[in-house]
Amino acid sequence: MARELILKEGEVDARGIVAINRQSWRDKLRAYRNRPFSFAVFLFVCLGALLSAAAVIWVLGYTFYRGLVFIDPVSGAAKFNLTADLFAWRWTLDNHSMMPALINTLVIALLSLLIAGVIGVFAAIFMVEYAKSTNVFVKIVRIAAETLSGIPSVVFGIFGMIFFVGLFGWGYSLLSGILTMTLMIMPLIMRTTEEALRAVPDSFREGSYALGAGKLRTIFVIILPAAIPGILSGIILGLGRVVGETMALVFTAGSPMNAKTASGLMESGSTLTVYLYNLTNESNEFANVAWAVAVVLIVLVLIINGVAEWVGNKLKKEY
Amino acid sequence: MQERIQTTQVDAGIAKADVRGAAKEVSMKVLFAVAAALFVLAVLTICLYLLADAVPTIGKIGFVKFFTDERWLIRSERFGIGSLVVGTALSTAGALLVGVPVGLMTATFMSFYCPKWLYRAIKPLTNILAGIPSIVYGFFGLTVIVPLSREMFGGGGMNLFTTSLVLGIMILPTVISISENSLRAVPKSFYEGALALGATKERAIFRTVFPAASSGVLTAIILGMGRAIGETAAITLICGNIDNIPASLAEPFITLASAIASGMGYASTTNLERPALIAVAAVLLIIILLITTVVMLLKKKKY
Repeated sequence: MARELILKEGEVDARGIVAINRQSWRDKLRAYRNRPFSFAVFLFVCLGALLSAAAVIWVLGYTFYRGLVFIDPVSGAAKFNLTADLFAWRWTLDNHSMMPALINTLVIALLSLLIAGVIGVFAAIFMVEYAKSTNVFVKIVRIAAETLSGIPSVVFGIFGMIFFVGLFGWGYSLLSGILTMTLMIMPLIMRTTEEALRAVPDSFREGSYALGAGKLRTIFVIILPAAIPGILSGIILGLGRVVGETMALVFTAGSPMNAKTASGLMESGSTLTVYLYNLTNESNEFANVAWAVAVVLIVLVLIINGVAEWVGNKLKKEY
Repeated sequence: MQERIQTTQVDAGIAKADVRGAAKEVSMKVLFAVAAALFVLAVLTICLYLLADAVPTIGKIGFVKFFTDERWLIRSERFGIGSLVVGTALSTAGALLVGVPVGLMTATFMSFYCPKWLYRAIKPLTNILAGIPSIVYGFFGLTVIVPLSREMFGGGGMNLFTTSLVLGIMILPTVISISENSLRAVPKSFYEGALALGATKERAIFRTVFPAASSGVLTAIILGMGRAIGETAAITLICGNIDNIPASLAEPFITLASAIASGMGYASTTNLERPALIAVAAVLLIIILLITTVVMLLKKKKY
């Protein structure tokens, strides 16, 4: 394939040259001189982008600064904030450990992902593999999913409080929280799974049928494995949603002040976000703890989202 | 003879397997359909239970009184959501005022001006902004922006200005990512055609590409609006939670969502306190349902 290009005399190697007009910065500025309004708009656009970047850096930078640096309220001395005490297994009045809240968060996240994952993936399989897109039922399901994903978390919380906590009599418990979170992230998982399934080329299906496989076997042996990166990244995104959720959990899983690890699914327990919510209602003396929790939360969500993106990109196969 | 028996046996075996296979196929299909039906069931259950709880409560409070009274005093049983609705509208408008211009300009920058290396840095930043939990925004607002606003305007610092600023930052990622996608979805030829006719880059973008992407941009704004209306954890910490219709940026106020969150902690179940909060949640749900309907009607244009 690699043929050496032999340049004859007077010829130019054109491979590296992009065949469009290129303007230097000076050319561009000179062109703007006659059109001050366009130039103003250009500046406005740049200003907007700068403000966005500034907002991110402001929020992230300050949170990390306060979360990592402990400033003594009396002497003003600074030391490292994320001490081992904050990650002790048991919460006490002295150490304000966030470990129990972290464990509650993970329990709620994993179980709700499990349930929502099964429902979301199965629903997506139905939408993509079985139903025709003109089907009325499919349209209704799609509208329902879109509606569900638009409902604010506080409304989910109130619904969970009426339905799981009250009607089912489960009280403020991890179980109520898990099922409420399941409702919240179902649409996200269905949407991402649907996209992943649609990305699997039809030749895969046809090849499988031609070899005598039934529909079910085709789905589980051929299509799902091919779509797994997209499905996984959707599920991981759902994990990020659960970890960052506050209001829906306050009203369903409860917000006990002493953040202890719930001993069973029927017991209430604060997640990291709820723990932070409680701390903000306290007096200022817990500010350092609250910032530490905020940093841990952000790092957790960033890692989760990063992994989701990595899984989506790295494992993606091009067909 | 021997052969024929064998083939019939094999045929029977295949038929048996077929029946079992077919039963499995059908039962799994039903299972998948049930999973899809769960979505419809979930939405219906949520709407039904909230409305079934809310309607009798509103009846008891008095329909007109509930929607028009400005006083929201749980302890003295005055349940008027007038100030709540106005507060929600004002904070949402403030958030849009802050978030939409900045967000749209950022989206424009990202899709038309940004060199590739810078895009690789900015795109993750906006994703990070979307990933930060809302309670962290609230805490950030409470400890950083509230004191700032106290210095600027005096008073408590928990006011419309603070809330608009925090909410504006919170809706930025929604506005940026959706409008960027819709700007990129406009065929390149629109932009190139405008340039070829002598328009400046800015004119081409704002007079040609933006109108073509208008439905996507509008969707971005409306979804940002939905997020601002439903936002609870952050607002509850920074709006002041006082049933006041703010006359200026410096006054505290209350929104539908923050009334629920701030009141539920100590609301009694024996009288109308808790039912009234559920009724507020139902009102919030209805507003969001209306917005979702509008978004669905604004279907994407395809070129």
